[in-house]
Amino acid sequence: MVKNPRWVAYGLIFIFLLFIPRLLSIHNLMLFEYGLTFAIVGLGFNLLLGYTGLLSFGHGAYFAVGAYTVGMVAKYLPEAYSLEILVPAALFFSLIIALIFGFLCVRHTKIFFSILALSLSMLIFALLFKLYHITGGSDGLRVPLPTMFGISFKGMRRPLFLSGTYYYFLLMIFAISCVVMRGIVSSPFGKALQAIRDNEVRAELIGIRVRRYRLYAFIISGMFVGLGGALWSFVNGHVTADLSHWVFSGEIVYMTLLGGFGIFEGPIVGAIIFTYLKLYAMGNTQYWMFVIGATLIVLVLLLPNGVAGAFASLFAKMGRKKSV
Amino acid sequence: MLIVKNLTKHFGGFNAVDDVNLEIKEGEIISIIGTNGAGKTTLVNMISGYLKPDKGTILFFDKDITHASPYIRIKLGIGRSFQLIQLFENSTALDNVRTALFSKYGMIRRGLMPADRYTSVTEEAVKILKNFNMLDKKDLTPKALSEGDMKILDVAIAFALKSKLLLLDEPTSGVATQDKFKVMDSIVSAIRKEGISTLIIEHDMDIVLGYSDRVVVMHEGKVMAEGKPAEIMENREVKATLFGIVG
Repeated sequence: MVKNPRWVAYGLIFIFLLFIPRLLSIHNLMLFEYGLTFAIVGLGFNLLLGYTGLLSFGHGAYFAVGAYTVGMVAKYLPEAYSLEILVPAALFFSLIIALIFGFLCVRHTKIFFSILALSLSMLIFALLFKLYHITGGSDGLRVPLPTMFGISFKGMRRPLFLSGTYYYFLLMIFAISCVVMRGIVSSPFGKALQAIRDNEVRAELIGIRVRRYRLYAFIISGMFVGLGGALWSFVNGHVTADLSHWVFSGEIVYMTLLGGFGIFEGPIVGAIIFTYLKLYAMGNTQYWMFVIGATLIVLVLLLPNGVAGAFASLFAKMGRKKSV
Repeated sequence: MLIVKNLTKHFGGFNAVDDVNLEIKEGEIISIIGTNGAGKTTLVNMISGYLKPDKGTILFFDKDITHASPYIRIKLGIGRSFQLIQLFENSTALDNVRTALFSKYGMIRRGLMPADRYTSVTEEAVKILKNFNMLDKKDLTPKALSEGDMKILDVAIAFALKSKLLLLDEPTSGVATQDKFKVMDSIVSAIRKEGISTLIIEHDMDIVLGYSDRVVVMHEGKVMAEGKPAEIMENREVKATLFGIVG
């Protein structure tokens, strides 16, 4: 018997997700895959925002590092261009960059932290944008289909690749990410991060090295975002310098708020809603940014805990009524 | 165990703590009382490492800790609570204590197994809450606790660190008058059970009277009197400055 009903729900959702390629059109499936990659990003981002209490406006940098790892390997090391190498490579490079940037950022908190994270990500943007001969500048880099455990997909059309093997690969990585992140946030390490978020002074007083643990959180967060970026690049087929621009970092913040950062599943829900919302807003009006902005205002005023948070409190209320 | 020698701290021209000598023995509960501005909190801040003294030394188990960082002092076994309650607001009372235990045991590096699986730590946290009469409130977050319970939880966290010396800065400030003794009862009985040396800061003599082995009276940065609670109560100088009784 599984003791926790939450894991039963997770299991059922996972089984449902296995059948998604049969249910959705190829267009919607691709959107869903964008959503899944952003969900991994959101999980990582929320370790910092929701669990450690640090708001980064520069997480696009790690997304770009992950995505450009793929693009660069395709361009310069085509013999290593296979998923089982690319994923660890993306994790490794986002670790390095998050370690360096995080080391500088965690010296500050609140707005100072946010702005510093933003500035450092713009540094990556400038490099990607200006080093035309290496990074392709504003043209970016093409991301061809990778090989996977020796299987080559050469000549296959991207939609076919995305709706078959790759979807299941992505789903597997997403599931692992969820389990790992769930483990992290409920572990003693996660409790220490939440202690830092809730009361820095007290956390120090019980012997937690606050800066060091903030850095650990920053690195793990950056790695998840980098992983998301790498997986996203295959869906998109192309990476550009915009990924490290603060506007894109803002989108990561937005989807986390949309889903709700106070709840573990929030960023996942937010990422998937955001993907569809953005596309439909863009498809229907040229003022799509207005739609996104208006949603944000509604969100902040009416649903401060995000969509997932609102549902969670609704369920909690219903449960209480039942028990009365 | 703790010896404070000639400790001095100035803020500008103001002598917050002026040449204070103090000794705390093992298992002893000492109270420092004094009016506002007497230098009580400054003294505790120096003992816990949050302020650097201008002069003097602090010895803890014969080790000079005058210039050690707060972190080092915590690891050596000096725990403290603040005058303003410092809790982890979004965690349950159980998690507040448990996180302190995880930190104490160096387990906060463990990042994959859920905290609930560490049953021995959870059991210990439950035991501590029970000692402080807080067991029935273990699943509440601080927001749902009364001021007095928050104070108790605050001390319970410091207690969980198994400090050899506890510094309690006004453990009953902000607590409704009728609850003050209840809070002190819970705190002191748990401390006595473990025999932890404790330094309590309080401006109200009545509160600490029944709970202290020794009372130190501070006034304008200096130690004015020191002795058993009953002796202090009879001290004329103390009566005059603390209670305004002349005669």
